Amino acid sequence: MLKRVHFPPSVLPYLLVAPQIIITLVFFIWPASQALYQSLLVEDAFGFSTKFVWFENFEALFRDESYLGAFRRTAFFSLLVAFIAMSAALTLAAMADRIIRAARIYRTLLIWPYAVAPAVAGALWLFMFDPTLGILAYMLKFFGVEWNFRVNGNQAMALVILAASWKQISYNFLFFLAGMQAIPKSLIEAAAIDGAGPARRFWTIIFPLISPTTFFLLVINIVYAFFDTFGIIHAVTKGGPAKATEILVYKVFNDGFIGLDLGGSAAQSVILMAIVIVLTVIQFRYIERRVAY
Amino acid sequence: MVENRPLATFISHVVLIVGVLVVAFPIWVTFVAATHDQVRMAQAPLPLLPGTHFFENLMETLTLGVGNARGQPVGMMMLNSLVMALMIAIGKIAISIISAFAIVYFRFPFRMAFFWLIFITLMLPVEVRIIPTYGVVANLGMLDSYWGLSIPLIASATATFMFRQVFLTIPDELLEAARIDGAGPMRFFKDILLPMSRTNIAALFVILFIYGWNQYLWPLLITTDKSMYTIVMGIKAMLEAAEEAPEWHLIMMSSLLAMLPPVLVVIGMQRLFVRGLTETEK
Repeated sequence: MLKRVHFPPSVLPYLLVAPQIIITLVFFIWPASQALYQSLLVEDAFGFSTKFVWFENFEALFRDESYLGAFRRTAFFSLLVAFIAMSAALTLAAMADRIIRAARIYRTLLIWPYAVAPAVAGALWLFMFDPTLGILAYMLKFFGVEWNFRVNGNQAMALVILAASWKQISYNFLFFLAGMQAIPKSLIEAAAIDGAGPARRFWTIIFPLISPTTFFLLVINIVYAFFDTFGIIHAVTKGGPAKATEILVYKVFNDGFIGLDLGGSAAQSVILMAIVIVLTVIQFRYIERRVAY
Repeated sequence: MVENRPLATFISHVVLIVGVLVVAFPIWVTFVAATHDQVRMAQAPLPLLPGTHFFENLMETLTLGVGNARGQPVGMMMLNSLVMALMIAIGKIAISIISAFAIVYFRFPFRMAFFWLIFITLMLPVEVRIIPTYGVVANLGMLDSYWGLSIPLIASATATFMFRQVFLTIPDELLEAARIDGAGPMRFFKDILLPMSRTNIAALFVILFIYGWNQYLWPLLITTDKSMYTIVMGIKAMLEAAEEAPEWHLIMMSSLLAMLPPVLVVIGMQRLFVRGLTETEK
């Protein structure tokens, strides 16, 4: 944590941490405490008076069917995004791990979607699935599928899940591949000599050995699906049709900025903060374990 | 290669090539759309092979703007994005490296308190505190400015942690030697720590540049003036108009321009990028 040798005390360290601490206080701590405080208030429709109501906003949220719906939707959305993005990446990484010579080329060809902004990724998928013109929508119609994600909620959900997973494959691929390449080759060779084929080796040796990576990626992917997919949802469906793709982050934004329900939105923010804290703690505990291991 | 199985190797290649094609397909479609004119882009089925209007579309997009954002040239938006991304990346690196320096190399009251204060920022992504943060920025009069776009996103626990890790691996003997030679703290920082963490700074810069360039929610909230639009949020304004009068050839050209800089950075600096990605997650 601290060096054994250090510089004599002076005002210098305070000056050095000052910029970061000031920005943290002004733009992180103060707004977060505002959100905490706001979440305990009810404001009338015109903003003339506010009343302190303890946890009424939270109680109202958990009675509100539309909020609970958003919760379930978010869980479904993030689990599915994590599952699709991770299984696709795992398959590709397992294949790339077999061919060492060309692995770097494939890596180059697979990692760049990481750099595409979520909103831009949304725009690309929106274009391909545009009900009147999109290429993939055209193909679906050719096969007799009534495709219109602007009307059909399930199709809208499928579209945002696809766009969100597409963007995350590259990140997962990088970490899976690194995890597999860190496995000592002697283990794989020993199994091969004992007569285990590639599939058997994968499931009995490689997959268990990369389980820490898998768990780490699961947490990261869920965090990604919870928060970073806002751009995709906002650009593609705006939470619609009929709230079919309204996930929690989108609802905070929508209720607060469009609906101007400050207390309710603040309460939602607080719940989201609690979720981030839990996920961060899980991630850190896991990382400590990995270091010891 | 553990054993020689030509068939398995062949299948691996096939799976990977299919994977690459699936991943690249959206980009191909985007590129093709950006090379046709409006007439061709309004009739289904859309083309799958490039047309001849690439440079026309490029010039129109860069200088005139598209859809709801018409009058705001995409060239300007890209400049805004660039300024924002650079301010965020450089700002984050600058403030985190000096605070990590203070926390590792000095013993002073409240050192741990500061450390935890920085740690907490990890748990407060902008999405969960948007409304009050917007209030703070509005009160400071930073709406519609580069400062408002970048400063609130500048504090970062991950960068501070990364520099802290790097500094902890630098041997104490260097500091002792520097002190014997009469170097003060800032001299030590400038002549020893900075050069020794050069690669880490570069790797971090790659990650943060992409992070900054791809910001969406924050610019959306605090810019109302079209001249401050960044390209990523500008595309959203274009899409809104697309429901009535689709100008897909221009929208897709803008999308192409929006992803070009970060994608080039990732591919061109792949080694640094992978390093940055794995280091910041530690």
